[in-house]
Amino acid sequence: MNNLEIVKAGLNKRYAKERRFKFYGIFSISLSMLFLFFLLFDIGAKSIPAFTQTYINLDIEFDKKLMKLQDQDSYSEETLFSASYSKLGRNALYKLFPEVTERKQKKALRQMLSSGARYDLRDAVLENNDYVGTTQNLWVLAGDDIDAFVKGLIDRNIPEADRRVKDYQVEWVDTLEAQNKIERRFNINFFTSGDSREPEQAGILGALKGSFYTMLVTLLLSFPIAVSAAIYLEEFAPKNNWWIDIIEININNLAAVPSIVFGILGLAVYINLFGVPRSAPLVGGLVLTLMTLPTIIISTRAALKSVPPSIREAALSIGASKMQVITHHVLPLAMPGILTGSIIGMAQALGETAPLLMIGMVAFVADIPQSILDPATVLPVQVFIWSDSPERGFIALTSAAIVTLLVFLFFMNLVAIVLRKKFETRW
Amino acid sequence: MSNLEILLILIIAAAIAYYATKRQAQSWQASRDKTKLDSLPNYYGYFGTICTLLPALIVLSFWSFIEGNIISALVVSKFERLSALNASDLSLVMNEIKIIVESGLSEKNSNDLFYEKAAVLIERYSSVSLFLKVASVFALSILGFMYAYLKITPRFKARKKVEKTAVYLLLLSALVAILTTAGIIFSVLFESIAFFSQISIFDFVFGTHWSPQIAIREGQVSSTGGFGAFPLFWGTILISIIAMIVAAPLGLISAIYLAEYAQPKIRNVVKPILEILAGVPTVVYGFFAALTVGPMVSGFGDRLNEFGMSFEIELFAGLVVSSESALAAGLVMGMMIMPFILSLSDDVINAVPDSLRDGSIAMGSTKSETVWKVVFPAALPGIVGGFLLAISRAIGETMIVLMAAGVAANLTANPLNSVTTVTTQIVVLLTGDQEFDSIKTLSAFALALGLFVTTLILNILALQIVRRYREQYE
Repeated sequence: MNNLEIVKAGLNKRYAKERRFKFYGIFSISLSMLFLFFLLFDIGAKSIPAFTQTYINLDIEFDKKLMKLQDQDSYSEETLFSASYSKLGRNALYKLFPEVTERKQKKALRQMLSSGARYDLRDAVLENNDYVGTTQNLWVLAGDDIDAFVKGLIDRNIPEADRRVKDYQVEWVDTLEAQNKIERRFNINFFTSGDSREPEQAGILGALKGSFYTMLVTLLLSFPIAVSAAIYLEEFAPKNNWWIDIIEININNLAAVPSIVFGILGLAVYINLFGVPRSAPLVGGLVLTLMTLPTIIISTRAALKSVPPSIREAALSIGASKMQVITHHVLPLAMPGILTGSIIGMAQALGETAPLLMIGMVAFVADIPQSILDPATVLPVQVFIWSDSPERGFIALTSAAIVTLLVFLFFMNLVAIVLRKKFETRW
Repeated sequence: MSNLEILLILIIAAAIAYYATKRQAQSWQASRDKTKLDSLPNYYGYFGTICTLLPALIVLSFWSFIEGNIISALVVSKFERLSALNASDLSLVMNEIKIIVESGLSEKNSNDLFYEKAAVLIERYSSVSLFLKVASVFALSILGFMYAYLKITPRFKARKKVEKTAVYLLLLSALVAILTTAGIIFSVLFESIAFFSQISIFDFVFGTHWSPQIAIREGQVSSTGGFGAFPLFWGTILISIIAMIVAAPLGLISAIYLAEYAQPKIRNVVKPILEILAGVPTVVYGFFAALTVGPMVSGFGDRLNEFGMSFEIELFAGLVVSSESALAAGLVMGMMIMPFILSLSDDVINAVPDSLRDGSIAMGSTKSETVWKVVFPAALPGIVGGFLLAISRAIGETMIVLMAAGVAANLTANPLNSVTTVTTQIVVLLTGDQEFDSIKTLSAFALALGLFVTTLILNILALQIVRRYREQYE
């Protein structure tokens, strides 16, 4: 056997190995992409039920007695606000199903309506003061079990003992459906209300506003500090100075410190030492500022570095000072890169959860925050809170909140990419 | 007057100062003898702004930071009943008093006269402090402006002064990084020392019994067994190992394929898509792990169990998969750090000079042989650095393990069991309301210290390796 034959004998094996290796590469890429699509599809599919909500059509009798109002012709806003609305919805239901008399069934009948229905009725009366004393045909929010049933999330074929909707409730829903008195509508609540213990009343407006205020604080603090730090390190810092080396190592290391450690810093320094109010967007923003600083500093330095020396030299040669060169020429040219890095840093901050748990932003907040000092929660933390809730309806809500969060992140990244593509200059 | 209002007034004052000083400079310029200015008129304006604003701002922020603590200390020193209390009780009492102050003194809402007395005192001190603050800030601002106005002459080197101040401000910003690190060390170190004064380091690191939820009273020395953190360290390591088993081959092979085989067109599409995985918030992964992957893994375990039983195979007997398993958390975490490994490896593989590849191809080796025998060894240090960074990220990851791995401190090598991690326990211990000084809370700081030191070492090591590697081929 000569050398050629030896080589030839091994060649097929080597080619097979080559093909196999190429296949592994394609396989692992496909696997990762498959996972991504599965993740997005799974969450997207789970979120769909959250975007609709079940309403029941009822003839609500705004009886003065039931509302605990005195017999008058007109009422002030305050009296109407503090009137009792809890019996109106159930009374209408009792009238619709007069055959229901047993206590347990009556309770089940009451639970067909959301406990938040009374507030909707109150708002309706406040809007139309002349409702009092009349009977109005209104659509009223259904309870979460009924909602889940109507959406098909509860299977009517499983034994009664295993499902949360009882047989008689199923019957009532069927009756209502036959009369066209039950309907699924777009869930406007989800975008206009704050958090609630009841899934059918819970919304993300509070979390959205909390995220907005937190991001505002983060942006206002981190952008100027990071850009100034980067300018100093890139343009003014003495070279080969151990001081500067320490700062640089520090920044690189901070970029890789676990986010939860920043939360502990926030708890110990901001809250316990300086007395910044807990759970407020202010302290959240302060913590996220420290987290985003390294990201923005690193990208700003890269952007400053990419401005060619010829521009600096040209400016210097006609008598500009170093500071003038930077503020008049280098910084404007580097701005697209700086903005891209900042948006990416902000996107990271928007999705951050763990450090905010440490500083009390995980508390249940039903009110919508009005300033950076009000207790608030943010979108990702809202996702975490809801995912912990046992009620069925919260799974869809959690997914819907995630979808909202991902949409925001998507747009932020899109803006960053467009900025980069549009203003990228190759010198 | 709130700080915000003071700030607004200061800014208005600064704007006025800017125009006044600038006008002054311009008037010299426009005067009959056409005085030549040292700097552009703007710079005189900037100088005026700096003098008006900077000292006042420094005093304002400093005062606001210490004012609360000083008032509290003064009040405590006035009342013997307060100074006799220990730290945690004192903070409770002070909080109550502050609530009374905030709700308004006119309402007699407290049943204890003492509280009201303290509240009155606090309010008196606060108003004095506010008066002093406002007075000193505005006085400084006016003095600063007068100084600037008197100081400027046509020969005054305004630009130099302004630029020098600006550079100092830039340096100050750069120092924030150091302050942050110092803050982290400060916040974990002292609490950890307090913790280790009660529980020995050895017990903490090697103890196998973790149950901090059992309240430990002061002086109850015997039950230190509740703070053995070894199961947590092990849980962290186990989940990180699973994550790396998933992420390392997937990330590395994908990176090699994209760098060496894929056409630029495919590369430009695939890489951004895979990088989406890096942009997904961790809480989303946690939700996915807890709600989809966890049940899938345990369902698969049950299926295996049935399968084993029907064929009477001993192997799967007794295989119980809890719905919160290390495997589910590790798998999802692996997918989370995969893009991280992918982009780091991609960078280092691309940095390997083409001459090495060409040499190998010229000797007749196939592409895969070139990759494994030439490119990979050359890129190895960089890849190892990337892996270390990925491990550090896996160790520090919180949300996935918090939502999918459980809180039970099991010491087990079985990935199908539920384990808990350092980060999970930190969250569990520090969320909810408890006093800051309890040993339970302190243990969270000790855990955080361990976490910080571990990731610090990994990061510095990794950055050092990557940097040396880059220098080698540059």
